[in-house]
Amino acid sequence: MTKANFDPKLLVDGYEVVIGIEIHCQLNTDSKIFSSAPTAFGHEPNTQANIVDLGLPGVLPVLNHGVVERALKFGIGVNAELGLYNTFDRKNYFYPDLPKGYQITQMANPIVGRGYIDMMVNEGEKNEYPKRIGITRAHLEEDAGKSVHNAVDGMTGIDLNRAGTPLIEIVSEPDMRSVHEALAYIKAIHQLVTWLGISDAIMAEGSFRCDCNVSVRKPGAELGTRTELKNLNSFRFIERAINREIERQIDIIEDGGKVIQATRLYDPDKDETRSMRTKEEANDYRYFPDPDLLPVRIEQHTVDEILAAMPELPVARRSRFETELGLSEYDARILTGSRQLADYFEAVVAEAGATSTKIAANWVMGDLLGALNKDDKTIDASPISAAQLAKLLERINDNTLSGKLAKKVFSALYEGEGGDSADAADIIIKTQGLKQETDTGAIKAIVEDVIANNQAMVDEYRGGKQKAFNGLVGQVMKASRGSANPQQVNEILKSLLD
Amino acid sequence: MSEIHELSTDQLIQGLQDKQFSSVDLTAHFLNRIDKLDGKINSFITLTGETALAKAKACDEMRAQGDRRALLGVPMAHKDIFCTQGVLTTCGSKMLYNFVSPYDATIVHRIDDAGMISLGKLNMDEFAMGSDNASSYFGAVHNPWNLDRVPGGSSGGSAAAVAAGLTPLATASDTGGSIRQPASFCGLTGIKPTYGSVSRFGMIAYASSLDQAGTIGKSAKDCAYLLQPMVGHDARDATSIKHDIPDYVQDMNDAEKTGGDKPLAHLKIGVAKEYFGEGLNSEVETAVKQALKTYEDLGATIVEVNITDPEITLATYYMLAPAEASSNLSRFDGVRFGYRCDDPKDLIDLYTRSRSEGFGAEVQRRILMGTYALSAGYFDAYYTKAQRIRRLIVEDFKTAFHHCDIIASPTVPMTAYKLSDNLDPATMYLGDVYTIGVNLAGLPALSHPVGLSNDGMPIGIQLIGQHWQESQLLSTAHLFQQSTDYHLQKSATAKETV
Repeated sequence: MTKANFDPKLLVDGYEVVIGIEIHCQLNTDSKIFSSAPTAFGHEPNTQANIVDLGLPGVLPVLNHGVVERALKFGIGVNAELGLYNTFDRKNYFYPDLPKGYQITQMANPIVGRGYIDMMVNEGEKNEYPKRIGITRAHLEEDAGKSVHNAVDGMTGIDLNRAGTPLIEIVSEPDMRSVHEALAYIKAIHQLVTWLGISDAIMAEGSFRCDCNVSVRKPGAELGTRTELKNLNSFRFIERAINREIERQIDIIEDGGKVIQATRLYDPDKDETRSMRTKEEANDYRYFPDPDLLPVRIEQHTVDEILAAMPELPVARRSRFETELGLSEYDARILTGSRQLADYFEAVVAEAGATSTKIAANWVMGDLLGALNKDDKTIDASPISAAQLAKLLERINDNTLSGKLAKKVFSALYEGEGGDSADAADIIIKTQGLKQETDTGAIKAIVEDVIANNQAMVDEYRGGKQKAFNGLVGQVMKASRGSANPQQVNEILKSLLD
Repeated sequence: MSEIHELSTDQLIQGLQDKQFSSVDLTAHFLNRIDKLDGKINSFITLTGETALAKAKACDEMRAQGDRRALLGVPMAHKDIFCTQGVLTTCGSKMLYNFVSPYDATIVHRIDDAGMISLGKLNMDEFAMGSDNASSYFGAVHNPWNLDRVPGGSSGGSAAAVAAGLTPLATASDTGGSIRQPASFCGLTGIKPTYGSVSRFGMIAYASSLDQAGTIGKSAKDCAYLLQPMVGHDARDATSIKHDIPDYVQDMNDAEKTGGDKPLAHLKIGVAKEYFGEGLNSEVETAVKQALKTYEDLGATIVEVNITDPEITLATYYMLAPAEASSNLSRFDGVRFGYRCDDPKDLIDLYTRSRSEGFGAEVQRRILMGTYALSAGYFDAYYTKAQRIRRLIVEDFKTAFHHCDIIASPTVPMTAYKLSDNLDPATMYLGDVYTIGVNLAGLPALSHPVGLSNDGMPIGIQLIGQHWQESQLLSTAHLFQQSTDYHLQKSATAKETV
């Protein structure tokens, strides 16, 4: 990236912000990366760790090949060079939650090399722009256990359930120039790993953790000294921590000081970052190849098999939704927010027919996502199946339902009325009598009744009060218990009055 | 008939089959000898007499019911480097003075499955680091040929126990000569098989890329009997290799039957002048050359070959082995098992004192050397360079094997020295000069006796084979032993009856 290539709109108090991000993402294998112990979250301490995870004398690691396949999927997903020959190294340091006194990781030959991801940056409602972020590398490694403070009186407890959980560490280039770009990148990676089905990526459970390297510089200057922010377990904390750090660094430089390279922890209670260790205090990890593990050699046919089984990726699917389905860029982006949502939407369109694309998009994004959001549910947990929603759309298209009735049927479907069947909408329409009345004769009879019984309003209308017409329409709808086709009511009423 | 402890494994198997004695008789005989004689040898750290007798009883019952496993009811003992479930496993260290393993090493389990009876756990140099068995926390082991002499190391307990007639067979391990050197010092046969042929799972690691388990016995055939159940692929060791395993004893019997009076007529034995250089004791040289003559008498052709300068090999080994050890021994930190210092002030104090108090001088020396070799700024100059030389050593052996089938050398440049000699570390390391190249190249090698020095101490010859040629090595040594009686000579303690 050329130094002069900066966007003046992104400067903060005249400084350019430079951010690079390391993401530790747990891979969702059933067992650990080097042992057969389960990876399930939230169990009693030390119940999910076997002799290998405990680092007992004499035990040896054996690679779980499930992690290799997942990492390769990720590599393909970020258009990366794959490490078809990759090796494991030991990173040596002492800590009570690190049972062997070293972490097995990939230093020299990672499984994923250089790649990139395209994303859309959102700087607020009307200011969106695309950007490509470089991926430096991604490598496999084992997670450590956890120190549990205050659980044992006067001592620190160690829980090794997490020890040996597989991680992929994704290292970006320092390509981000604002907190919004950083958030967009993290969201794009998060979307990708869940889309590929390789990680649950739940920030609150620690299965998706971000470390942000932040520095500032005057436009055109060399890179400034960076600090690494840790302990960022929500998007909100990431945003706040980066902003606090940018302010802190600019203040130091403005006061004539120098930023010290350090690892800093974000304290959400005080909304500030504080130094954990400086570069001088950093460990010498004495990396060397792990002699217990052979190099991983990946055959081309393995890559070919994974390629063949790769799902259409978010960017490609978004663009297909625009070009093939004719959706707006905005609709396409929302509907590809997750692979499950995109699958759901396409299933609705497949059932309801291509002519229903726009109306399907509106119902999924509006009513359905609205209701799910309110209940804090994702599309997987939707009480309305794609087939059921498609049937509802069909009944709108064939005029069985008015817009108003359709919303009633939707609510009933959402509550589970009508059962599991794909025809649930029809069942609800039938049992609750929600079918739209389109028989001209029947509507005419009701209209005539209303005219006869509301002489005062009829007079007002004929006296020039347009409002009285709406009152009469209301009376007709009421008399039909909402089932009369509103357009036909309008027409018949007009023809009888005028 | 000879005393039970003087019998070969062939004779033990035959005697059990012919009901000359029961497994309980055998077990009781060896336990009694241990009880009476091991006070002066100190070869056992832990005795499992009760369980041994119980298993012997069970074996006798199984035999009565038709169990025909060849090794059923034959006693043996394990070097204390192998984890044994429910039995103290110390690795010769204060660090593990209280460690009762919750699991069996793969080889322990396999030998148990073969029906053999473990008498107990054998003394060794602390964490297998040493060549005289003087570094054990459980005291020095004495050579049964002369109690003032060292038995060699690190499998000093294994060699001394077999040589004293306290067990017919013993497991051992070899990282730089730890099977062959004590076998040589104690007048025994010992084999270190091809790297990857015997599972390392449950063998407490010293230098993972060099460690290999093997056996020590009174003859090549005895070694073969015990080695047979140990070899074979193990899914719990990623460096274990899938390979067809021949029946060693069958191969030996076939070689003996078909050989005639020139049974080694097709064998080319390579002799390298590098193995007969400065520092070689002249009595050792004479005995080894005499043995080569015997091999020629048996039909073998002696050819000259070149191998890597042993001094370079020695330097390479003492760079790589401590580097791996420094990391392998990090798990002994006083946190989860083993020795922990009293009243630690804080975490650093816990680590520092537990490790300073728990490890002996030689272990600490190697951890420090290895840590240095892996440190930032030194890694390339030491570790990386040593790895490059290691590849050259492998190539040199390959080239040599273009000209011969087996390479022969003295096993050790000297005979067993006095415990009171208190060799400085550098001099002691020189004793490994002929044995370590084999470990760096992952080759199989054995040592067998070829006579005694003027002061009555045994001398050994080393036979180095190509990868997976242990059967050829064993058969070759067996044919030698069929026409000589060096291996039948008995140590002073073995001659004692109780």
